[in-house]
Order: sequence, then C-alpha cells, then structure tokens
Amino acid sequence: MSVADEWTAGQEATAPVAESVDLLVLGAGPAGMAAATEARAHGMRVLVLDENGAPGGQVHRAVEARLAKGAVEARLAKGAVEARLAKGAVEARLAKGAVSDDQDKDGAKLAAAFRASGAQYRPNATLWAVEPGGKVFWSEGGAARTIQAERLILAAGATERPLPIPGWTLPGVMSVGAAQIALKTAGLVPEGNVWLAGQGPLLWLYAVQALAKGGRIAGIIDLSPPGGFARARPYLMRALKAPEYLWRGLVWQRQVKRAVQVTPARELRAEGEGRLERILVDGVAHAADLLLLHDGVVPNTQVTRAIAGVTHGWDPVQRCWRPGLDVWGNTAVAGVMVAGDSGGIGGARAAALSGRIAALEAARALGRITTDERDARSGPLRLLRDRQLAPRPFLDAMFPPLPEAAIPDETILCRCEEVTAGRVRQAVGLGCLGANQTKAFTRAGMGPCQGRICGPAVHGVIAAARGVEGGEVEPFRTRFPTKPLTLGELAALAG
Amino acid sequence: MFRRTEPTDCTIVWEGRELPARAGESLAAALLAAGITSFRETPVTGAARGPLCLMGACFDCLVQVAGTQNMQACLVPVTPGLVAGIQHGARSFEEEAA
Repeated sequence: MSVADEWTAGQEATAPVAESVDLLVLGAGPAGMAAATEARAHGMRVLVLDENGAPGGQVHRAVEARLAKGAVEARLAKGAVEARLAKGAVEARLAKGAVSDDQDKDGAKLAAAFRASGAQYRPNATLWAVEPGGKVFWSEGGAARTIQAERLILAAGATERPLPIPGWTLPGVMSVGAAQIALKTAGLVPEGNVWLAGQGPLLWLYAVQALAKGGRIAGIIDLSPPGGFARARPYLMRALKAPEYLWRGLVWQRQVKRAVQVTPARELRAEGEGRLERILVDGVAHAADLLLLHDGVVPNTQVTRAIAGVTHGWDPVQRCWRPGLDVWGNTAVAGVMVAGDSGGIGGARAAALSGRIAALEAARALGRITTDERDARSGPLRLLRDRQLAPRPFLDAMFPPLPEAAIPDETILCRCEEVTAGRVRQAVGLGCLGANQTKAFTRAGMGPCQGRICGPAVHGVIAAARGVEGGEVEPFRTRFPTKPLTLGELAALAG
Repeated sequence: MFRRTEPTDCTIVWEGRELPARAGESLAAALLAAGITSFRETPVTGAARGPLCLMGACFDCLVQVAGTQNMQACLVPVTPGLVAGIQHGARSFEEEAA
C-alpha cells in the first residue's frame, strides 16, 4: 500500500468534519490543490471538497496512480525490495525524466505538495449549496454534510462546450474529454472506426496521447472555421511571450497528421439504429462505432451563478460567461473567491498560480499576513501568471466557437429533455428573450444536468435567432441544490 | 471502440452478464471497455443513451447499481462483483422498494 493509499483510507473517509474552517476550497484540480497548499503554509484550517476520487482535476486526472504504477514497475525491474515512499519514488522518476508528459510532472508536484500540506481532503464529495455567510453543503457516500467557512475559493474548473450535431445523442457519440478521461483513468485506447471531430487544442492533445498509447483513429474531421491564423495573427507577438504553447500545438498537429487523415469539413451528422453506426461528413458516409466531439472548453460557472450577488461578464470572443473577479480572484460577494479555469480559461499552469494568489489574498483577509506580505509574495506569481495567459488571445481568436446559427433545426440541444434547436428557435419566435423563458416554454435545461451540457448551445442559439450578442441574452439561472439530491441524503443532516 | 491497455482483475455483473473489470476504475469505463454503449433509456422518448462526458456533468450514463436507481456510472467505482443494469426511463418507486 502506498503512502497515498494509507492517507486516503485513514484520514478522509472516517475523519469527522469540523464545525468550521478558515477556508473551504471547491475542487482538487491545479487551482484547488495550489490554493489549499498555499493557505496551509499560512496556518489556515483548510477543507477541500472534490467530486473525483483522487486529486488532479481533469487535466491531472489520476496522475498519482499513473505515476505510482510506473514507479512500481521501475522498482520491480531493478529488483529493489525496500519499500520506498511513493512520494520519493515519484520524485525519483521526475529526476530521471522518466515522465515524458510535462502536464504529469506539474500534476505530480502539485498533488504531492497538497497531500503533505495538512489540508483536510474529502474526495467523492459533491458540493450542492452555498448559503450567504459561508455555510456550505455537500454530499458524500450518500449523506449530506455541512460546514461553516470563513472564506471560499471556488475552483470548479472547466467543462467542454457542447457540439450539438444531428444524432449526437446516439450511444457511441462522446466528447473528446470523456475519451481522455477513459485513457487516463482506465487505460482505454481508441480502436476500430473511431473518429474525432471539431476543433481546439484538446482534440489534438488527445490524438497524440491516444496514438502514443497504441490507439487507432480512423480520421479527424476538422470543423474549425477557416481563417483561424488570420484572425489570430494580431495576437501572435503577445503569444510568443510563452512560445511553448504554440510550439507544442504545432508539434501535436504534425505528429497526428503523420498518422491520421485530417479532413476539413462544414457539416457532420451521426446516424444509426439505437447506436452510432456511421457518420456523414459533408454528405459522405463513413462507418463509425465511436465519434468523439470537441469544441473547446468554457468556465464552469454552475455554482457561482447560483450565489446571489456574484456578477458575471460575457466573453464575446469565446462566447461564454465568466465571473467578475479582481486580480486576486475576489467576486462581488465578500469572502467568495474564484480561482483557475472556472474564472476564465487559462490552462493548468495559470490555474495553479491563480490558486496561490487567491490563497494569499484569503490569508490577508483573515489577518494571517499583512497587505505588504501578500503583495510581496504574490508579485512574482502574478508576473508568471501574466506570462502563462499571454497566448490566450491568440488561441481564443484561432478557435472561436462553432456558429450556433448553423445548427440544423432537427438537432437536439437539451439532451435531458430532448429539445431540438428548432423548438428553441420557435420559442424565440414567440417572444422568448432569454434562456429562462425558453426553458419555461420548451423544458430545455430543466433535466438532471441542470443546463450544464446544453447551456452554452441554448444560449448561443437564442442569441443567433434574436440577432444579438450573447451578452444581451439572460443565461440559465442556476439554483441550489446545483446537483440532484435525494431526500435520504438530505435526512443525514438531521442525524 | 475501445481497447484495454491494462489487465483486468475482477468481474462485475451487467444485466445478468459477467464482464471483466478493474477494481477502482469507473463503472462507465468498465462498460465501455466491454463494448457496451447503451446505459439507459430516456424518460422522454425511451431512446437509448450512453455516456457523453464521463466527468459527472451530463447525467447520460445513469444506471442502476445494486438496486439503487439513477446512479452516474462515471462516478461509481468498480468493486469486485458489483451488480448493475440499465436505467429504464425515470426512477420507479416500486422497483426501489422491492
């Protein structure tokens, strides 16, 4: 049993939860892990809630298990019998350069520091409410729990933007992010008639990772709007402040294009009886048993939108909402902060820096450090973050979301309630101005996912049908509980 | 669709059928690795559905696990001998009570 396993078994599952903490962090991705680690360095009592079973978030998913497995194999190969600490083994691998993936290196460091920080960590925990004054509710193991938090850092990460095409509800159509999770957590590689379609960096990264693991991809359907580089060119000089992003992107594309046919296309449909059987690419049919869709990622604002008083602004380039934040990550509500991609897409490294910066501000707000100390410690972090964010305007201009106006009427937008784009457009024709009105008319966004998946698409279709900017359309109101909750879970609070 | 690169170490039961699996992986991953794509039938039209996001957001991977309905298969870890089946439409109270 590794140190990580002992920690998991001994400390989390059975440890009682205190009545209050100084800082509650939502999410154990790069931002959450870094925030918790930094806050612990200033003596704060920290509780971290995360929906996954292990730290890492989406980008560093299962990083400990994957690296520990590699370390065990290396030890076995050498015939070493003494039990070494998993942390030591990970460090040894890092030192040897055995971990090829930069992201894994970053993730392993963050996770090791987080594990050693003394923050209380509850995996498999789903937050579902934040009351004014900092009372937080979540569920784990089928029971609801609550705690009073002085400060909140919400680091809920990003979700993939939906890419609704006719037939995307057929079993066998998934997102690229989903396939990457299957690869990272279960070692599943694509095989057979597997197609990738859409646009954005994650699509290319997954293709590289899947091919490196021995996966096979039948083809990539590139749906990116033409003229990407011309749009992005004005931001090139700025992007070159962190040239590794662009360099990596070019390397990924070259590697993939050597092994896989890439077809630019405008129209894509999925067809089959009861499951995906074929795709139609600009009218040309190909056999398919797995179609992976991707159109970039958007900030996960499901929780911040449900907190009264937290403002959100419209990002006209990436066509998504993001919470209104100051440089520290403070929202308009005192004590409620946001760090990482849920505050605006910046990538894993920017997220970790945002987490530390937010924790320093929280430490100042709670009197653990002075304003001068906060400024002195955060100064270098803010410079590093600026550098990490430098390529974003370039990437954002390169990959604007696919146009919602082009979604055919027959396409299901709301997967839960099976509401098509045509019905949402009809509701707009009847006078609906925003997503909450079309929801009342059509039920779009009313199912168990609570608009998580369809939200950006419904919003975009309404804006396009009205002929206005997305910022002029009211988004889905989210309400607590932000995840479905059973009465049985709720009853545990009374016990 | 997918091929495993890691060995399996246990079995689970899906719709009365034994499937190889790996303890600790998600139930959704185990089903996908076994070539199963249809996890549920929708309450609205009864259409077959499988997972979209595998990260707890889409609720399209709902299944029954050991008699409990509407469980997100992507958030249920595999344990040896786990018994699961298709979620037919909306949650039915009779089945749960039985």
